[in-house]
Amino acid sequence: MALSPDAIIFWQRGPITINATIVYTWIVMLLLVGSSWLATRRLSHESHGSLWQTGLESVVTLIGDQIREITRQPADHILPFVGTLFLFIATANVLGVVPGLRSPTGSLSTTAALAVCVFVAVPVYGFMKRGVRGYFGQYVQPSVFMLPFNILGELSRTLALAVRLFGNVMSSEMIVAILLAIVPLFFPVVMQMMGLLIGLIQAYIFAVLATVYIASATSDI
Amino acid sequence: MDSISLIGIASIVTAGLTIAIGSIAPALGEGRALAQALTSIAQQPDEANTIMRTLFVGLAMVESTAIYCFVVAMILIFANPFWNQVLAQGGG
Repeated sequence: MALSPDAIIFWQRGPITINATIVYTWIVMLLLVGSSWLATRRLSHESHGSLWQTGLESVVTLIGDQIREITRQPADHILPFVGTLFLFIATANVLGVVPGLRSPTGSLSTTAALAVCVFVAVPVYGFMKRGVRGYFGQYVQPSVFMLPFNILGELSRTLALAVRLFGNVMSSEMIVAILLAIVPLFFPVVMQMMGLLIGLIQAYIFAVLATVYIASATSDI
Repeated sequence: MDSISLIGIASIVTAGLTIAIGSIAPALGEGRALAQALTSIAQQPDEANTIMRTLFVGLAMVESTAIYCFVVAMILIFANPFWNQVLAQGGG
């Protein structure tokens, strides 16, 4: 079994490679966009909405409440970014249970891309809230000597985001694959259930950490 | 001892030691954090949601070190560049 879906290549010409990670990411995107489009075709007020609309509304409200509790600020402009992160990672991790599919987050490329998204988003939200000078002024708090440590801390927490998600998802898949070779009847199912739980928890943690980083960059302290 | 067996021995021993030693400290740390969280929930049941959320985020951060060790062990076993190179040299 390949260590990561990057190694399974479906089509290649010149510099363009379509490997399994990209195909499974497209499947996740198709699932999310398709179900959202189907559910929001006929939005309606009051209680005449369909079941899917109520489901989507409850998910969005839940994420918004969590963000508001963590940041203690109005959450409207953080909600799309953090909500997308959570829904994408949760769907990608849960889709790893389907036979034939593998989680695209089991590849360091995907998780590194998501971590870079957070790394870029934090200054963007900081500029929007506090201005360029106000945001960069944070780096020299409490004194100028802390500048290299603050920069290093920022880079290392981005790396930690990527490796944490990759390590958890890859290890769940690897344990199931190894157990299939040793005790094939019952234990792989139990480990796949744990893999589902771990995948959802890691999606939640990724989103919460992104919220905490953005909140620390936009706080008024 | 030729280089192929030396690299094999070093990789396997290092992989085993990495994950064995590297998972001691995070496990102990997570246990302490969990115990502290349980005490806090018992003292302030109203804040259980905040405490649980902070607990999960803290556990994830502490677990990161164990995950780093696991990734290193996996790389040494399954995607070892020295092993691949010495195999290519030996086969060629």
